[in-house]
Amino acid sequence: MSEPIRMTLPANREKLAELRIGQEVRLTGAVFTSRDAGHERMLAALRETGELPFGLAGETIFYAGPTPPAAGRPLGSVGPTTASRMDFATPELMDAGLAACIGKGKRSQAVIDACVRNRCVYFAAVGGIAALLAKHVTESETVAWDDLGTEALRRIELIDFPVFVAVDSQGGDLYRAIESGEQL
Amino acid sequence: MENNTLTAKRVADAAYDAIRAAAVGLREDVLCGLAAARKIEEQPRAQSVLDCLLENAQIAREDGVPLCQDTGTCWVRLEVGEELSIPGDVLSQVDDAVARAYTDGRLRMSVVHDALFDRANTGDNTPAFAEIATRPGHGATLHVLLKGGGSDNASRVVMLAPGAGIEGVRNVVLDCVREKAANACPPLIVGVGVGATFDKVAGLAKHALLREIGSPAASPKHAAFERELLEAINATGIGPGALGGKTTALAVHLETAPCHIAALPVAVNMGCSAMRSVSIDLVSWED
Repeated sequence: MSEPIRMTLPANREKLAELRIGQEVRLTGAVFTSRDAGHERMLAALRETGELPFGLAGETIFYAGPTPPAAGRPLGSVGPTTASRMDFATPELMDAGLAACIGKGKRSQAVIDACVRNRCVYFAAVGGIAALLAKHVTESETVAWDDLGTEALRRIELIDFPVFVAVDSQGGDLYRAIESGEQL
Repeated sequence: MENNTLTAKRVADAAYDAIRAAAVGLREDVLCGLAAARKIEEQPRAQSVLDCLLENAQIAREDGVPLCQDTGTCWVRLEVGEELSIPGDVLSQVDDAVARAYTDGRLRMSVVHDALFDRANTGDNTPAFAEIATRPGHGATLHVLLKGGGSDNASRVVMLAPGAGIEGVRNVVLDCVREKAANACPPLIVGVGVGATFDKVAGLAKHALLREIGSPAASPKHAAFERELLEAINATGIGPGALGGKTTALAVHLETAPCHIAALPVAVNMGCSAMRSVSIDLVSWED
């Protein structure tokens, strides 16, 4: 496995489009955490106003709901939740300007098509290593929807956060490639 | 414990300790399984995922932070000897313990009031999903499992026709793994229940997750089928983190039961790599 690619966020769209499935990437910069309930609200806001709320255009969404912070820390543990539950919203969000997302597990064909159409990327993070991943988060602030508790929209700062390219802008799909025995 | 009476407070205190311990401490048998898997993996991505899982377990234990951000719903099974009594409303005291443990432990609140009509968070991770079972004697055991949503979502119940037989059960398990393993955070512990009724078969599969990896199966037939399923699951190449490799599952645990002449109920309950369960002997436990 070659050295991880280092990428700063918000992602440069040209560099994002050059990524290919299976590559390991270390992300540094801001991402927004959101999951099921947040996506319903985000989609409703998009449909109402015609644009992504809270300046999400060009940004990356991390499908995650962290545990509460211990003293002196930005958050407790944080890791990816199952991405397919957000498939209902992702194509519309990408068409409206979302650049990338981070989660775990397979996506629908509609999401893969949206990645191709908009030159977006879906990154997979490893599930079950949330204590380790939290060490790659330096700041966290709640942006909106505090009533959702762990599902609130948060802006968090990542440093060298480890992910793998799971769907690339050419329509490559890491999970299906692995299933069919491709060597990547 | 006096006069064959177990206090509800003792059960609740044990539940509190179990939750706090399980959230930050990976089961020793799972740790051993991950370490053994690391030795046989050759693909760099698989090695990297297993290294991360082992490092994560160490960080969680040392820093006292949750192994996984999904600190789960709290599944509780209280087994009580027939010669013991527990006066009072033990399950409501267990709920109190859940609320205290999730708040004190800074664990994530992941329960909503009603699945369909009120998805507002209950705010304290209650209620626990609890059951009480009796058994012979005067012993008592409390099992606590913090069950993540991703792996439970990747689980299923299928009512096969009896003619489907062993082959049918094998296909249910392997289809479930192929379709859903990537969502369930492999390497997995796959709990398989076969038999009983539509509602109870899922309980068999869940109960199977409590068993220590490497401990004896119910019978040589169970052991042989468990081995066969594990080999087939690991031959898929899905691997750690579903990023490719030899170790899609650390273990398959099978529980079987009687059933209706017309039935062959099968349940698959996925256990993730952060399997968090604690079983406490309530008689010898010292709080």
